[in-house]
Amino acid sequence: MATKIFKHIQTSVVPLPIENIDTDQIIPARFLKATTRDGFGNNLFRDWRFDGDDNPKQDFVLNNPNYSGKILVAGKNFGCGSSREHAAWAIADYGFDAVVSSFFADIFKGNALNNGLLPVQVSEDFLKKIFDAVYADEHAAVEIDLENQFIRLVATGEQESFEVNPYKKACMTNGYDDIDYILSKKETIAEFESKR
Amino acid sequence: MGQTLFDKIWDAHVVSSNEGFPDILYIDTHFIHEVTSPQAFDGLRTRGLPVFRPKQTVATADHNVPTIDQHLPIKEELSRYQVDMLTKNCKEFGIELYGLGHPYQGIVHVIGPELGITRPGGTYVCGDSHTSTHGAFGAIAFGIGTSQVEQVMATQCLLQSRPKRMKIEVNGTLQKGVGAKDIILYIIAQISAAGGTGYAVEYAGDTIRSLSMEGRMTICNMSIEMGARCGLIAPDETTINYVKGREFAPKGEEWDKAVAYWQTLYSDEDAEFDSVLSFKAEDIEPMITYGTNPGMGIGVTQHVPETASFEAKEQGSYKKALDYMGLHDDETLLGKPIDYVFIGSCTNSRIEDLRQVAEFVKGKHKADNVTVWVVPGSKQVQEQAIREGLDKIFNEAGFPLREPGCSACLGMNEDKIPAGKYCVSTSNRNFEGRQGPNSRTFLASPLTAAASAITGKVTDIRSFFNEEELV
Repeated sequence: MATKIFKHIQTSVVPLPIENIDTDQIIPARFLKATTRDGFGNNLFRDWRFDGDDNPKQDFVLNNPNYSGKILVAGKNFGCGSSREHAAWAIADYGFDAVVSSFFADIFKGNALNNGLLPVQVSEDFLKKIFDAVYADEHAAVEIDLENQFIRLVATGEQESFEVNPYKKACMTNGYDDIDYILSKKETIAEFESKR
Repeated sequence: MGQTLFDKIWDAHVVSSNEGFPDILYIDTHFIHEVTSPQAFDGLRTRGLPVFRPKQTVATADHNVPTIDQHLPIKEELSRYQVDMLTKNCKEFGIELYGLGHPYQGIVHVIGPELGITRPGGTYVCGDSHTSTHGAFGAIAFGIGTSQVEQVMATQCLLQSRPKRMKIEVNGTLQKGVGAKDIILYIIAQISAAGGTGYAVEYAGDTIRSLSMEGRMTICNMSIEMGARCGLIAPDETTINYVKGREFAPKGEEWDKAVAYWQTLYSDEDAEFDSVLSFKAEDIEPMITYGTNPGMGIGVTQHVPETASFEAKEQGSYKKALDYMGLHDDETLLGKPIDYVFIGSCTNSRIEDLRQVAEFVKGKHKADNVTVWVVPGSKQVQEQAIREGLDKIFNEAGFPLREPGCSACLGMNEDKIPAGKYCVSTSNRNFEGRQGPNSRTFLASPLTAAASAITGKVTDIRSFFNEEELV
């Protein structure tokens, strides 16, 4: 089945300079009861975004009208914790196309890539430059080019290259999905089973 | 050059390896539960695909289930719907379900091992990060997202890049009152919640070897809490004795053949690891966490670190964690009043955990200010506990034994810690809101949790040793 295609974006960013943001913050367990993939964006960062009476917390960045954009920028070890893919669904459903951090948890990274949400790992220095830029000008634009594997601060032209698994890159830029690929190997799988 | 244990198992499961692609890894058993499977079943329906190997798929209901009155319909509507959906999906796709009321029902990472499904040398996945638990048997086991759950359902295989290998050795003799949970909390505190990211971690050393299978499962269970892809321990006599005779363990000739293979599963002496870490068992105190990730742990007698001891860019996150926990710089947790004690979860809900707690609390009673929940990991654990009379000891101590499930580890059912309350918990995560919105979690061992329940405050289990001997 085709998945979302990601090649290139240029957009303002939403800064969330907190380290070790875990999947329970991204989407608390009590919201995992849906049986479809839709609608998780409403509960993205639920307990940071809303108080106990469901009123928006004004000091949280998603409730600050000054910040918007398709890129979420967060502190290191983003997405640690649970394997729940609902975390990637929630971020994508909210409207983000990419997450930038100086370090990603393993399972989250894989889940994001399987959902057309690009995790971009940058150096601590470059992460700081993005935060500095967006705090100086909330409209500061960031460009992410997946095909050429770089991220750039548009105003200054400062850029950094980032790593991405070549197979996953091909999937994202073409909208391929793992299952289509692996299904094409079904005979090899059956052969493997018969030899065990 | 020799091979690591991890590479031996990985290589035996590679269906195909193509340059520029992740390996196609064969999965021996796929465990599924109600929370991370419904969207995967929907995906199969959309693609018009069956489950490729339904007999290698095992289902249970654990995350959402109530831990009292399990014979009654689930009251919470969304939970009931999700559990019903699992039943319907398993029926449609021909998968064995150990659902509510089944004698094998329980937390997915407790039932796999106790049924003899988890074995040395195997590959196991589940849409749950604590799948690393099964690595205790000398297996490759890790958590996956729902897209991957669908992939395994469709093909019994997973596209995976081979991780790096890390060896963590623990040698020496543990102090009395210090156990497997303290070892893993200590390791994570030393290397941080991200210290194992990108690695398959093999635990080795004489301290690890001396642990029971239950203890080894506790260690491997929390591998993900340092970010590791998986954790594993080479199988030995302890492993083989544990598996022998279990419901789905190989029998007769098959057993002999299996054991002969399992005995080849160890890292060769000249095997190379990408990273090797060593710790001394004597350095490990009973551990407790003070913060909002499992790397924020200290010996129970130590003080909470000072904000100034962190790099400037880390101080904001650190301060946020302390504020959430209602703690301050340099505070000691010893003696801090608590409200709840939770003994359970895939980390510490096996029969050995319950026996250890029962032995300690026998003849004692919980403090008035504390609510205690003891949640067995499975129906079999619950029944074994009752056969051994542990439930009576628990009841007399004010520690009611509930019914099996994930319970207050993640508060998807009714077992939630109220806002602002402190819980000493034997589970695996102290994230903000993990046990309920604004709940505050101190992770610790079953013994530390039990001792804290008795005194009503965070307690050093060793303070009881002057009064009595503990086995």
